[in-house]
Amino acid sequence: MSQRVLMCGNEALAEAAILAGCDAYFGYPITPQNEITAYMSRRMPEEGRVFIQSESELAAISMVFGAAATGKRAMTSSSSPGVSLMQEGISYLAGAELPAVVVNVMRGGPGLGSIAPSQSDYFQATRGGGHGDYRTIVLGPSTVQELVDYMPLAFDLADQYQMTVLVLADGILGQMMEPILFEKRPGRELPPKDWALTGAKGREQNIVRSLWLAEGKLEEQNRKLQAKYDQIQKNEVLCEEYRLEGAEIVVVAYGIAARIVRSAVSRARQEGMPVGLIRPITLWPFPTEQISRAAEQFRLFLTVEMSSGQMVEDVRLAVAGKAPVLLHGRPGGGVPTVDEILDIIKELSVSVKR
Amino acid sequence: MKTVFARTPSLKDCPTHYCPGCGHGIAHRLVAECIDELDIRERTIGIAPVGCAVLLYDYIDVDCIEVAHGRAPAVATGMKRTNPEKIIFSYQGDGDLASIGAAEILHAGHRGEQLTVIFINNAIFGMTGGQMAPTTTLGQVTATTPRGRTAAEQGYPLQVSEIMALLPGVIYVERTALDGAAGVRKTKKAIKHAFELQVEGAEGLALVEVLSPCPTYWRMPPAKATEWIKTEMTKVFPLGRLKG
Repeated sequence: MSQRVLMCGNEALAEAAILAGCDAYFGYPITPQNEITAYMSRRMPEEGRVFIQSESELAAISMVFGAAATGKRAMTSSSSPGVSLMQEGISYLAGAELPAVVVNVMRGGPGLGSIAPSQSDYFQATRGGGHGDYRTIVLGPSTVQELVDYMPLAFDLADQYQMTVLVLADGILGQMMEPILFEKRPGRELPPKDWALTGAKGREQNIVRSLWLAEGKLEEQNRKLQAKYDQIQKNEVLCEEYRLEGAEIVVVAYGIAARIVRSAVSRARQEGMPVGLIRPITLWPFPTEQISRAAEQFRLFLTVEMSSGQMVEDVRLAVAGKAPVLLHGRPGGGVPTVDEILDIIKELSVSVKR
Repeated sequence: MKTVFARTPSLKDCPTHYCPGCGHGIAHRLVAECIDELDIRERTIGIAPVGCAVLLYDYIDVDCIEVAHGRAPAVATGMKRTNPEKIIFSYQGDGDLASIGAAEILHAGHRGEQLTVIFINNAIFGMTGGQMAPTTTLGQVTATTPRGRTAAEQGYPLQVSEIMALLPGVIYVERTALDGAAGVRKTKKAIKHAFELQVEGAEGLALVEVLSPCPTYWRMPPAKATEWIKTEMTKVFPLGRLKG
């Protein structure tokens, strides 16, 4: 497909996963991501690949675990309450060091919440989410095109580092239709999956495990995981800077919120206000260094997110007291408007001038 | 001299961590013997449960995976659907399969997954210290039924095999017991058949429930434990082929 096609985010990311060589998709219905499951139920068999509608999210992530252990590229998708159920499996994937791609099309919470878009799973996504000391790589696309572009990256990162990559979208991105281009790009060079369970033919038995009972063994395994995470923090940060030249105020936002902020920043600039945007694309690893450097240079930070304030904690850790960090949060399915953000920027511009 | 019995190659030459009189060691040997007799070692993947048999891979020399409590049938589904040529078996206890994993085994059967399930029923949670399982018999004293299980308080023992046999996607269900030499032989025959069906590509799930002694948490000597299977357990869990 070298022509632009109009697709909603959910279907677009599903097709991108297929193009990225996803061997198996397992999923359970939940709004607002049902288009992914429906699309996969049609397309995966067409490609001779595996689709299963599982009995639960617990089963879906366990099926991913099984397929991944045999060396296949496997994924699942869900929305917030379902992703909570998957945390068991995600922890086991981390412990067993298996690659997997999980898409969370976030909706409002806590509890059953609502089906409106939200960004309130940031803590869960970036802190591991389940039990134990672990991380998942978290990608936060902000357009349907980025959803498409980051799916192959998600699979490559998962295979390279043998871990879960979480694509953190939201109800707007999932439902919104945009013209997109599917471009085949060369993937990364990946290590062989010599750990995979393929039957012990001509080699010793392979074991995929997360239980380490002998004294000191689990600590050693955890240190190995942490060393891997350090490498990722060093090498894999993605972050976009927009209109930072001459800025005094920096807005930090990701995903769909960043899309809205970008419009507000663009208008504020037209009106002569000194404002720019830093948009974390990898939410873990977080662009701590980039924001820390910015804190040396800019006077005021504003975080805009569709939650009561989750990413703002990472921004504050990065800024480390060098500048004030304010929050404009819209929890429970609230979506900020461009005007709403513009008004805040206006007020802040006045205060920095003083 | 004629060799009448030898360790089968897929069973590792090492002592197990199991308690004296436990059935797991015997069941492991039977599984390993069936794998070797069917010559499927090089394409078999075993799934270890959470429970006493979590270290299955220390004893059975095939590719193995350790999974979350009860999720083995879902993990097995992910493996088999992406690798139809491989032989996948799960080895699960009664806490794993009948309690926390009830949904996963039911739905794997319901979907007719081509899997071999070895279900070890010892009527108790062994690894965590002898708590009640769904399969604990009425009157049985456990760490969490100190006055004995009653139907009014904890419900009746759960007969998973009978439920599984009702599902069209389940093609073979047999209940056997490790209660003596004859029972061990019957168990091996059943396990072998459950593997053969998968090797033949038969469309559906094969399950063998094995009543197995847990002398430690039944608080009785091994000989009495096998006797208890015969006299008490089989009353609730009658032996024989339920389907296929």
